[in-house]
Amino acid sequence: MIGALAFYAFASVLVLSAIMVITAKNPVHSVLFLILAFFNAAGLFVLLGAEFVAMILVIVYVGAVAVLFLFVVMMLDISFADLRKGAMQFVPVGLLFGGILLAELVMLYLVWETAPEAGINAASPVDAGSSLTNAEALGQILYTQYLFPFQVSGLILLVSMIGAIVLTLRTRSGVLRQKVGNQVSRTIDETMEIRKVTTGAGVQ
Amino acid sequence: MLEIGLVHYLVVAATLFTLGVFGIFLNRKNVIVILMSIELMLLAVNINFVAFSATLHDLTGQVFTMFVLTVAAAEAAIGLAILVVFFRNKGTIAVEDIASLKG
Repeated sequence: MIGALAFYAFASVLVLSAIMVITAKNPVHSVLFLILAFFNAAGLFVLLGAEFVAMILVIVYVGAVAVLFLFVVMMLDISFADLRKGAMQFVPVGLLFGGILLAELVMLYLVWETAPEAGINAASPVDAGSSLTNAEALGQILYTQYLFPFQVSGLILLVSMIGAIVLTLRTRSGVLRQKVGNQVSRTIDETMEIRKVTTGAGVQ
Repeated sequence: MLEIGLVHYLVVAATLFTLGVFGIFLNRKNVIVILMSIELMLLAVNINFVAFSATLHDLTGQVFTMFVLTVAAAEAAIGLAILVVFFRNKGTIAVEDIASLKG
C-alpha cells in the first residue's frame, strides 16, 4: 500500500518535472526540474531495491551533470526568447511522433509476458537467501565478471575529460604568462655579453 | 492498481522516453534543452534496465545502468564543451546555424 503510493508519487512528479524540463521558458528552470526528475527516478530505483544505483544517480547527475548544465547555461550570454521563436510550429509533428511512439510502447507493455525461463538464463542472478546488500552484490560482480567493461567505462570518462579540456582550452592573446621551457632553455650567450673594459675608457 | 509490477515501471519509462523525443521537437533551436532531453531518454532507459533487473532477479541490469550513466556523463561533458566552443566562435547556439561544415 505504502509502496504503491510512493510509486505513484515518484512517478507522477517524475513525469511532471520531465514535462517542465522540455517546456520551461528559462533553461535554468529546465536544469532545476531535471534535478528534480533525477531525484524522483532515484526514488523509483530505491523502490525497486537498487539502492546503490539510486545513490550513484543522485551523485553523478545531481552532483556533476546537472551542475555542469547549470554552469554552461549561466555562462553563455544567450537570448533564450529568440531561440524559442517559431518553436510552436513543430508541436504538431512532435505530438504526432511522440503519440505514436508512446501508443506503440504502451500497447506492447499491456500484453507483456515474461518468459518462464527468463529467470534461469540470468547472467548474474541474485541469491534470494543471501544477506548481501545491494552494493556488496553489485561490487562482487562488477570487479570480477564485468571487470573489462568497468575499466573501459573508466577509459571513456578519461577520454571525455581530455576531450572537454582540449576543446575548451584557448590561448588568449595579450595575457602574460610564465613559460618555464623558454626560461630554462635560455643560454648565457643570448642574455649576457661579457666585455673587456679597459681602465679609464669605460664601456663603448 | 495497488499492485505495482514490471509494467508500471515500463510505462513510466516509456512516458519519459516519449517526453524526451517530444522535447527535441519542441526545442529544435536550443541545443542545451536538446541535451537535457537526451538525458531524459537515457534516464528512461535506465529505469527499464533497473525494472527488469529487479523483476528477473538479475544484477546485470544494474551493472549496465552504471555503464549507461558513464556514457551519459561523458556525452554531456563533450556536448557542453562543443557548445561552449561553438558559442565562442559564432555567438549563438541556434542549431540551424550549425551548417558551416556543409561548405
